Amino acid sequence: MHFVFEVQGGDFNKAGDASSKVKKILQQIGSDSAVVRRVAVACYEAEMNVVIHAHHAFVTLDADINQVMIVVEDEGPGIEDIEMAMTPGFSTAPDYVREMGFGAGMGLPNMKNCSSQMEITSRRGVGTTVRMVFDNA
Amino acid sequence: MLKVDNQQYFHSVHLMEDKCKGCVNCIKRCPTEAIRVRDGKAHIIEARCIDCGECVRICPNQAKIVVADTLNELNGYKYNVALPAPAIYGQLREGIDPRLVMAALLSIGFDHVVDVAFAADLVGKKIREAISAPSEIRPFISSACPAVVRLVQVRFPNLIEHILPVLSPMRAAANIARNQVAEKTSLDLKDVGVWFISPCPGKVSAINEPAGTGENTISGAIPIAEVYPLIREKINHCPEELDRIVADSKPGSGLGLGWARSGGENQSIGGSRQIAVDGIHSVIQILEDVERGKLSDIDYIEAQACVGGCVGGVLTVENSFITRRRVRILATESADRLDGVLRDKIACEALENEDWFRHDKPIEPRPTLKLDDDMATAIRKMEQMEKIVEDLPGLDCGSCGAPNCRALAEDVVRGLANEMDCIFKLREKVRQLAVEMMELAEKAPPAMGHVEKKAEIENAIGEHSAKAEPDTNK
Ligand code: SF4
Ligand code: SF4
Repeated sequence: MHFVFEVQGGDFNKAGDASSKVKKILQQIGSDSAVVRRVAVACYEAEMNVVIHAHHAFVTLDADINQVMIVVEDEGPGIEDIEMAMTPGFSTAPDYVREMGFGAGMGLPNMKNCSSQMEITSRRGVGTTVRMVFDNA
Repeated sequence: MLKVDNQQYFHSVHLMEDKCKGCVNCIKRCPTEAIRVRDGKAHIIEARCIDCGECVRICPNQAKIVVADTLNELNGYKYNVALPAPAIYGQLREGIDPRLVMAALLSIGFDHVVDVAFAADLVGKKIREAISAPSEIRPFISSACPAVVRLVQVRFPNLIEHILPVLSPMRAAANIARNQVAEKTSLDLKDVGVWFISPCPGKVSAINEPAGTGENTISGAIPIAEVYPLIREKINHCPEELDRIVADSKPGSGLGLGWARSGGENQSIGGSRQIAVDGIHSVIQILEDVERGKLSDIDYIEAQACVGGCVGGVLTVENSFITRRRVRILATESADRLDGVLRDKIACEALENEDWFRHDKPIEPRPTLKLDDDMATAIRKMEQMEKIVEDLPGLDCGSCGAPNCRALAEDVVRGLANEMDCIFKLREKVRQLAVEMMELAEKAPPAMGHVEKKAEIENAIGEHSAKAEPDTNK
């Protein structure tokens, strides 16, 4: 099962649409509610990161009876120091975004907590790809 | 008690088939996509219906009705208790003391009244205690509105643990009532009718099918709209009679009364990390946010299915904007009564009785989205569904009887509908068929006298004969 959703950078109005769709699809195939929740939270965080930092992204969902995989591939500035970005509380979000209550620096750590495997690859000035795997038990 | 026919879940919202014209107003408005139009009539998918009453409100033909109890049911009991929802006080003209309404209830056939606003005062206290205790779960969701509880069961099963396990004021009032009746009379409890005076179908259903409590202590629900004219009549025409009874009633405080409108519950609980959301479609948006983990800095969500709160319930009579104002005024006028309520002997006894306020049974999820019990099959159906969605026009017009194209695709893979139910698909198909028919027609044998064909053939024969006899023209 393979689905692709588009996310636009800077579009706060639509932020959360992709993760809502992912959530509904998982509910429809009968994933366990704890799994649905973890995927929804992680996917939402990833989507928010795109909205805050990147220009554009594709979110893909692949699922079978054993696992769920979410890949978020964005075109954007990339992450300078991934290790640093993974530190809870570290954030490069601009002030106006923080004023909206986002960009508290918990996105990536949260995503890591929710998923059973997470990989980030990033190229400066090109973009970032986050790959998250969840057990679909 | 209402008769529960062979439904899996109890519902108070029903369809009057003969009034239904099969328009698509209700299917478009239903928050859980629980309605389909088939053979020109609306059908409610029982498992998905949360009895919020949105379809009752929107139906232009009054084909959706709420089946509730009537005052006649009182005859089946030796002693009857009324539990008036706070929303009732806003229905009457300004300046009417809640005690007068309680007295009027006594004069139209009830033997005892427990004000649900009074129970709300106590419940508010219990909620405050519960949310100030340390807990991993944030935010909590109020269990006061049954339509919201059902919404969580059906559409947000992941959030069930967020529902605060404190019973609604209606349930708490019933527990208080049972105790008071036992003290006052020597009647067997089965001879005692306990009636909630309800602003909405959700409460009617919740009584017949409780969530969070095992034992149902309420006999039934009677619409506010049914008692309203009688109460009005009494208040306007027999004030002396009511004056005599008034002394006996214990009304809730202004804070308890305030539960009738959106924001009132939070006000009675106190604190600042709370939000109030009203209107079922807004509630859905907030619950989406809770699911994304977005609202973890909020302690409590007062969520009400009706716009404006219970004053906007479909079983009320007055315009909810007017009643909201009346409730606000009433609440301010008697706000200080809370002290009195809490010092009240009955209240103190009740507050000690933890069991009267707590859920004693878990709320079960009722997920209805799953496409198949077997995940592999569900995944296959999901893929198939996606293909169908891509193929549909995406107009979400509802002419197929489903609320949108995606819902039709879902019905198709569930085997409940056909792609050709989409009028645009059907039209396309008819056009295709027409073209095929034309082509077929052209293949008709010349003996049937097809004009163009005949001409062609004649031409060809003509040329042929011209070639065959080259010399004749010379
Ligand atoms: S808001 Fe009040 S009236 Fe409306 S459904 Fe909920 S409990 Fe009933
Ligand atoms: S476009 Fe077709 S499938 Fe979509 S809602 Fe209208 S009739 Fe139904």
